[in-house]
Amino acid sequence: MTATLPDVARVAPPPPPRPWFDRLRGPAVFTAIAVLALVVAPLLLEPFRLGLLAKYLCYAIVALGIGLAWGQGGMLTLGQGVFFGLGGYAMGMYLKLHDAAGDLPDFMVWSGVESLPALWVPFANPVFAVAFAIVGPVVLAVLLGALVFRQRVRGAYFAILTQALAAAVVILLIGQQGLTGGTNGLTNFFELFGQDLAVENTQRGLYIVVALVLGLLYLVAWQLVRSRFGRLLIAVRDGEDRVRFLGYNPATVKTITFAVSAGMAGLAGALFVPVVGIISPALLGVVPSLELVVAVAIGGRFSLAGAVLGAVVMGYAKTSFSEEFADGWLYLQGALFILVMTLAPKGIFGIASSVRGLVRSRRVRA
Amino acid sequence: MEAVVNQLPIGLSIGAVLLLIALGLTFTFGQMGVINMAHGEFIMAGAYTAYLLQDWAGRQAVLVALPVAFAVAGVMGLILERTAIRHFYGRPLDTLLLTWGVSLVLQQLARDLFGAPNVQVQAPAWLQGGIGILPYNRMFILALAIGSVVAIWAYMTRSSHGRRMQAVMQNRQLAAVSGINTGRVDQRTFFIGSGLAGIAGVALTLIGPVGPALGTYYIVDAFLVVVAGGLGQLRGAVLAALALGLLNSYAEFWTNASLAKVIVFVAIIAFLQVRPQGLFVLRSRALT
Repeated sequence: MTATLPDVARVAPPPPPRPWFDRLRGPAVFTAIAVLALVVAPLLLEPFRLGLLAKYLCYAIVALGIGLAWGQGGMLTLGQGVFFGLGGYAMGMYLKLHDAAGDLPDFMVWSGVESLPALWVPFANPVFAVAFAIVGPVVLAVLLGALVFRQRVRGAYFAILTQALAAAVVILLIGQQGLTGGTNGLTNFFELFGQDLAVENTQRGLYIVVALVLGLLYLVAWQLVRSRFGRLLIAVRDGEDRVRFLGYNPATVKTITFAVSAGMAGLAGALFVPVVGIISPALLGVVPSLELVVAVAIGGRFSLAGAVLGAVVMGYAKTSFSEEFADGWLYLQGALFILVMTLAPKGIFGIASSVRGLVRSRRVRA
Repeated sequence: MEAVVNQLPIGLSIGAVLLLIALGLTFTFGQMGVINMAHGEFIMAGAYTAYLLQDWAGRQAVLVALPVAFAVAGVMGLILERTAIRHFYGRPLDTLLLTWGVSLVLQQLARDLFGAPNVQVQAPAWLQGGIGILPYNRMFILALAIGSVVAIWAYMTRSSHGRRMQAVMQNRQLAAVSGINTGRVDQRTFFIGSGLAGIAGVALTLIGPVGPALGTYYIVDAFLVVVAGGLGQLRGAVLAALALGLLNSYAEFWTNASLAKVIVFVAIIAFLQVRPQGLFVLRSRALT
């Protein structure tokens, strides 16, 4: 029957217009998830699980930045851990100094440091610490981006460079024992802005803050992608030279996006520290940076929601699998990775949208 | 002054190992656009080959292991290329993530097979000691690298296989329409490149212990060699590897180990300001 149809008839016509439905679906889903995350989760989950969720949401903020830089801008950044770590250490330094109340932080005493290093002094001020957690990564990203993108270093080269940066920073942090706490990093925090970190209400409050920040940044990123700038970014991803021929400067577009994603990672790091209670080199090296990229790939790199979803799913999977069998996790992660890249390079969201497309074309044909 | 001289063989041998590792990377990257993160695990496979051969060859294991490790790592590379990577040509960033997954699995496999603690490979008696400031083991590594480079150079310029490889590297479509079986050439390149990583692994057993994460220590630096040397460039890889090895060891010596990597990174970024595509560039009019 279909064989006798002319070719034209088999091309699916555009779906019937449902303007109010389409326009409201996105905001409705967003609101539903926001209510779930802000109201239902804190009421239902026990404090330990809520803390874990807060940790995943911190990772989701980093993933959002990766989704922006990689999914929309085509810049595969394998060094987001560095920016995350900058934010985390800035916050950790403030907390350490606050807890020490004028004395030296405990680990400095253990490593024989006698007076507070000059680098630490400004971090006694909470405003400076939080500002640095965002501005520091942004400045580093602008510097790196300007130097690298201006010279048209891109694609795999850029990925390799960011990875090398992550590797170098980890070695640097481990080596400067007296300044950074070495392999152990900064840990044992007690108070945040006058609130006892061990108290359940503080933890719940922290969770709410993390969730709010994630929601807000999601809206910002979404708006950015929808804007003229976002169109330009996608154009740079798909044909950098063509954009250059049209008179734009791709290096600027890429640097700005890279800086935004770095700022997000820095803020996530600053939130991560009071939530989880530690920042150490192991949390920001090559492996954790790549893990988040994988999470974004699994969720769906071309959609911001996919990036967030991927980070939460990955965090949850990691916790629950390492609880059961510690060694199995690496096999599972590796296998998951290989499978996603070979079978579904667009991730969960890619599968979802192709299923939707399939259903729609069926419906039209019927 | 004496310290400067003492550091020279260390820097050169590190550069030689980096060169052996980077050769495979630069060819697979330059020819196929594949970023093989599992390359580091081929190094590890080569090192464990030497470790296993000790049961049979005793202290001469290192020598026996050279051809065996080449074959073992080469076949591993070939399997990886045939089963997974060939579906990814033209998507370099995806190969990076894919092969990273492979590398995770291989590392865990090594941990399960050989245990997490490091193991030692006994160096042959004739490699212990040295003349003056030149330790025999480091000189052996240097000789190994020189031998490999000469062999690769001869292969690329003197054999018909190697010339086909160069043709595919320069222009895949043109090579294909000239009747070259590019898939076959890709397989050969992958085999040789991975095999060289295996040899690098054997060389590493002479200067340190062997562990499941051996490859991860060198892979990032080896990629930097590729970036600095230029894609698929033999000369570039040689110069960049030696420069990076020397820079690494001198930076470690004059400052300390933790600053050295940062210095190397800054140096690479500065170098890319002058030569964004590496030391040597394959000229082409292709628009990316």
